[in-house]
Amino acid sequence: MTDRFKLAFYLLLAPLLLWLVLLILLPHLGMFVVSLREKVGIREYDTSFANYAVFFNEPLYWNTFARTAYMSIAATALTLLIGFPIAYYIAKLTRGRTKTTLFLMCLIPFWVSELVRTFGWMILLRETGIFSNLFQSLGLAVGPVEMLYNDAAIMTGLVYTSMLFMVVPLVTTLDSLDDSLIEAGYDLGASGFAILREIVIPHAMPGIVSGCIVVFMLSLGNYLTPILLGGKDSLWFTGLIYDQFITRFNWELGSAFGFLLLGLSSLIVFLGLKLSGQSLSKTMAQS
Amino acid sequence: MSQTPDLECREIVKKFDDFTAVDQVSFAVPQGTFFSILGPSGCGKTTLLRMIAGFQRPSGGDLLIKGRSVLEVPPNQRPVSMVFQHLALFPMMNIGANVGFGLRQRGVNKVDIKRQVERVLERVGLAGVAERPVSSLSGGQKQRVAIARCMVLEPDVLLLDEPLGALDLKLREHMKIELKQLQSEFNTTFVYITHDQSEALVMSDQIAVMNRGVFEQVGTARELYYQPRTAFVAGFVGEANRFAARIEGTEAGTLSMVTPEGRRLRGTDAEGGLGQGAEVSVFVRPEAVRLARQEQEVAALGNSGAGRVASILFNGANSQIILRDEVTGADLNVALPQTGEFRDLAQGDLIHFGWDPEQTRVYGRAGGAL
Repeated sequence: MTDRFKLAFYLLLAPLLLWLVLLILLPHLGMFVVSLREKVGIREYDTSFANYAVFFNEPLYWNTFARTAYMSIAATALTLLIGFPIAYYIAKLTRGRTKTTLFLMCLIPFWVSELVRTFGWMILLRETGIFSNLFQSLGLAVGPVEMLYNDAAIMTGLVYTSMLFMVVPLVTTLDSLDDSLIEAGYDLGASGFAILREIVIPHAMPGIVSGCIVVFMLSLGNYLTPILLGGKDSLWFTGLIYDQFITRFNWELGSAFGFLLLGLSSLIVFLGLKLSGQSLSKTMAQS
Repeated sequence: MSQTPDLECREIVKKFDDFTAVDQVSFAVPQGTFFSILGPSGCGKTTLLRMIAGFQRPSGGDLLIKGRSVLEVPPNQRPVSMVFQHLALFPMMNIGANVGFGLRQRGVNKVDIKRQVERVLERVGLAGVAERPVSSLSGGQKQRVAIARCMVLEPDVLLLDEPLGALDLKLREHMKIELKQLQSEFNTTFVYITHDQSEALVMSDQIAVMNRGVFEQVGTARELYYQPRTAFVAGFVGEANRFAARIEGTEAGTLSMVTPEGRRLRGTDAEGGLGQGAEVSVFVRPEAVRLARQEQEVAALGNSGAGRVASILFNGANSQIILRDEVTGADLNVALPQTGEFRDLAQGDLIHFGWDPEQTRVYGRAGGAL
């Protein structure tokens, strides 16, 4: 490499490096340092794991933590279950204009902000909302029905918010599946289910995994949807972090919570990859 | 050989909206036959094959396999297997799992599957590759795996959809011979579709020439080549010089004709019933034309003339020359004899040519189109 070439290489790399170092690496390092501080007096700090100990000694914290994890896993599974047939239909059973239209219809909700979308759900689900009024006028319910502020509402919101991020990678991988492979499967005597299990899903695996990772991360780190649709009882871990930072000015505990969430998401993604026999580099390269 | 044919189509019709892709095609393929359907792209041959495999439903007619109608049988239960154009081997499975796929679907136990897969791979000359990934094979080997994957199910009929199309020329030549050998070894009925006439001619016992949804002629390679029944077959199978002409008269089974440029031709009525004044197409194969340095050598042949060499298309044993007729200015393709006599032929040379009326086939021409 000549010097000029080297210079050009580093200049091109600089924006990426700056972004990684300034916006990701440094804040995390800073947060980690903060999370290890224990307040012993006014402006007096010791270095200890006390903040982490608080988390493990308080059942509310780690219950919320576990609940956030399994709700996110459930939301991911549900999104996959709903998104797969949609993606299969778009990729394999439609052509040309219809395909573009359907794909666009998945995209359109993302032209408005997440806040507006979530308020949309609130208008539909609240006591004086559209569904409630509809049920009353149809005689299915006597009084107003409250459908907000429960787990089902949170789940609906999470699945709705993440659908696009599941459908896009799935459509991409399913698009690349040669139709003649499916026909060959039928020709060799396979049933529709056997083809799905032995041909379609193995082929779509990289798309499934990358879609699941993205949806899981989005759900785990989502703040607006659980708070707005789940109300005070939403018990979402990001809500706890927000409380520590903003309401209670306890940056030390908030940082520790943030790090625990980072550890949790990394661990679950790692386990998911191991279980599905995929590697991160393979998944990311294909989709 | 059993009496009921392995595959029989009775007046099969396939219509797409107002376009008829396959129009009243009937044929029967006896057990153990290598049957080819030869036709230009868009003639309906793929549609026909997909109907036999069960991927498309005929608009009319009946389809019988071993004497039993299979119209109501879905593709995953038909006793036919198909080798796809691009083979469609499953990239997510190794070779053994690919070949064993059909057996697994039938619920055969693992030990038997393993044994049968080994045996069929051995028969196609690929013993011991079961554990390897599909991508480790060459084009020709993939071809054999695709055939093994079908043959392990012992289908009544094996359908092949231009499987040699993706291979390079040298390998294609080799695979032609190999496919024929595999077919005679398994003694299974093969139905092979192709647009490449040499594939069809080399491998098939029976060939059907298809054009615009109908079978123009069904016969052996020899019959199609020497006795094409229609103008389309004469032009599509093998090479031919084609002239437009009008019949002047008939004498003892030989037609005498004249082209618009004024050349007199003598030929044989291939259709029967061509009469004086009819507008006809005349076909002469390049290898039927004899070349001579002296006029008297070809004068007795019935059709003769002289021309200048317009160009020499050298292609080893298949070399041809294009002669420009001295009288009419029409071009004539002539196979260059490889006996050495004409090795020094050069562009612009004057040479005499002639051919037998027996080898000149004449077809009626409806509406004046060639």
